[in-house]
Amino acid sequence: MRTLKFLLRKEFKQIFRNKALLPLIFVVPIVQLLILPLAADYEVKNINISIVDHDHSTYSRQLISKITASGYFQLADYGTSFHQAFQQIEKDKSDLILEIPQGFEKNLVRENEQKLFIAVNAINGVKAGLGGAYLNQIITAYNNDIRLQWSQPDKFNTTPVISVASSNWFNKFLNYRFFMVPGILVVLVTMVASYMSALNIVKEKEVGTIEQINVTPIKKYQFILGKLIPFWVIGMFIFSIGLLIVGRFVYGIVPVGSLLLLYGYLAIYLIALLGMSLLISTFAETQQQAMSVAFFFIMIFMLMGGLFTSIDSMPTWAYYIAKSIPVTYFIEVVRMIILKGSGFADIKNHFIVMIGFAVLLNGLAIWNYKKTS
Amino acid sequence: MQRQNNSPFSIVNSQFWTFVRKEFYHVFRDKKTLLMLFGLPIALIVLFGFAVTNEIKNAKIVICDYAKDQATQQIINKLEAGNQFKITKTIMSHTQIENAFKKENIKLAIIFPANFNKDLLHLNKAQVQIIADASDPNTANTLTNYATAIIMDYQQELMKNNTVPLRIVSEIRMLYNPELKGATNFVPGIMALVLLLVCVLMTAVSIVREKETGTMEILLVSPISPFLVIISKAIPYFFLSLINLSVILILSVTLLEMPINGSLWLLIAESTLLIICALSLGLLISNNSKSQQSAMLISMMGMLVPTMLFTGFMFPIENMPVPLQVITNVVPSKWYYIIVKSIMIKGLGFSAIWKETLILFGTTCFLLFVSLKTFKNRLV
Repeated sequence: MRTLKFLLRKEFKQIFRNKALLPLIFVVPIVQLLILPLAADYEVKNINISIVDHDHSTYSRQLISKITASGYFQLADYGTSFHQAFQQIEKDKSDLILEIPQGFEKNLVRENEQKLFIAVNAINGVKAGLGGAYLNQIITAYNNDIRLQWSQPDKFNTTPVISVASSNWFNKFLNYRFFMVPGILVVLVTMVASYMSALNIVKEKEVGTIEQINVTPIKKYQFILGKLIPFWVIGMFIFSIGLLIVGRFVYGIVPVGSLLLLYGYLAIYLIALLGMSLLISTFAETQQQAMSVAFFFIMIFMLMGGLFTSIDSMPTWAYYIAKSIPVTYFIEVVRMIILKGSGFADIKNHFIVMIGFAVLLNGLAIWNYKKTS
Repeated sequence: MQRQNNSPFSIVNSQFWTFVRKEFYHVFRDKKTLLMLFGLPIALIVLFGFAVTNEIKNAKIVICDYAKDQATQQIINKLEAGNQFKITKTIMSHTQIENAFKKENIKLAIIFPANFNKDLLHLNKAQVQIIADASDPNTANTLTNYATAIIMDYQQELMKNNTVPLRIVSEIRMLYNPELKGATNFVPGIMALVLLLVCVLMTAVSIVREKETGTMEILLVSPISPFLVIISKAIPYFFLSLINLSVILILSVTLLEMPINGSLWLLIAESTLLIICALSLGLLISNNSKSQQSAMLISMMGMLVPTMLFTGFMFPIENMPVPLQVITNVVPSKWYYIIVKSIMIKGLGFSAIWKETLILFGTTCFLLFVSLKTFKNRLV
């Protein structure tokens, strides 16, 4: 126990003496937590539309005012030339073109059917799909309006109508930040804790000080624990500042579920995570190596962990990869506890999985750390 | 015969290339780093091409059907038919719904009241209730819209027999990406990300390593000018980036079936510009950090994550608050992203992107200037 105490004192001194690292460990995550959730918003809104109106009739004007009044679209350009509108798309000034053909109103009344042409910039497939769908909704609604003007109202009363009442639970005002902030917090904690600890052992290897430790009677597990505990504390600290100060006072996030449960899970998660980065550092010989390996994994964690995109939407093989990385579980748990107030019984399986990760990764790290080279 | 020549150019030639060779040895001996450097673009292409998608599919939902009649059965079948929903179970009580949300990652609950079909046929109206897990607001919105659309579709079928007058048909054409693939949007972003990663991070760290292990002293007292020492460090990463660029382009054309509609040479030229820009940035970071750890953290936290966000390939810039939109203008990869999209996908020529190129060029000159100004050839 005494040995461990000295090791820990050494590690903490090394960390706190490094004046360049301290602000990076403590300030940067907080700044990022303040900025990232503001930026990470992929709700589809502000769609720019170019309208090419060859008709200039009452109907075309009504339709255009319906579109601009809908709130989804901003009129970027209004003209009579498709070529000109297309140039707007090439310049990214507008996202879709609505072309109203000549004789739109006349043909609609006479022939009972008339076409409209929509061209969407589909480089961003999701935005294109939703933009097209929104525009279609508006056109259909306008179409119904016209029909009502022309036909007897009572005729429509005989058709069955299903009304859909929808309600939103757990986040009534659909505040996107409530969803993103806990997830981003997880990623930040993951990044700082895992990079720092991965680099730590390797640094001793590279500078040569590990030889000095290897010739002392320090046991393997003591050495690993001495490296693990400081970053575990730092991880807990960053998470607390992020959740209890930034999350609470900047974003107004108050966890619905039990804080104790959340911290219990965080504690186990950090052990698993640090085990992984220690494992990386036992394999690596230089800091550059450790860093690029750690970066590779963090990148995959960030993309596959369900932070930005739902893992249910992934193809089966990717779904199983996502299910075999620790971050996925922690992001899920954080959101469940903070937003939905899930209790221990609800996340029991998550606990079991994470304990498994912790035991496996740390076991491998201790086993793979050799005192002799 | 050994030629002795004191003209500065030959010194550049012989000694400079010796240094470059040394750096290449350093890079190529480190197999693990190399593996990651080449593995990363491949992994990113595969992930973004196939796994990471903004589309919402296979969302788990529960059905709470009090009616259990013909109409509800038909709607449920319709819901199941698409690939958006996966009905995990049908439950019979309201209290079970909340438990399902808390425990099983359910995204939506759809509740049909008793006598649904009877009400629909006799009273001509019936109600469906949809409860969404709005802890993820976007998914909640999208799924509610999907489900509503499917139910409306069923309603349309009921009144199919009536002919509809005054029909406006809208014909939608998807430009550039008719299949609405996610890759079209992501690949240019990945190119920017990987080039920046390799150049900024690796250059900065490899320079700082020489400082940290003390070998920088030796390099600086060599007859070759300190400036060339630094340049020789950047050259291997310059080549690695070009190789990575080709790997990404080849993979996206063969594996993801992406087009290169514009000029390939223009694309390569613009990428070279970004690479030089990133190398200057790496140099600047290495000037200002003493340990590899801090060089890495500056590159990672201060640059790489903002790049992912502010480039515009993951999150639309127009959604950001105005101050952040202004900040995005400083991020070089944003301009590179616009350029690559214009060349690769839209097939435009230089005349359409000269403005972005100019901005990128200006940034590069500025970074290069500042990093050369702050470069110190003494280590104290």
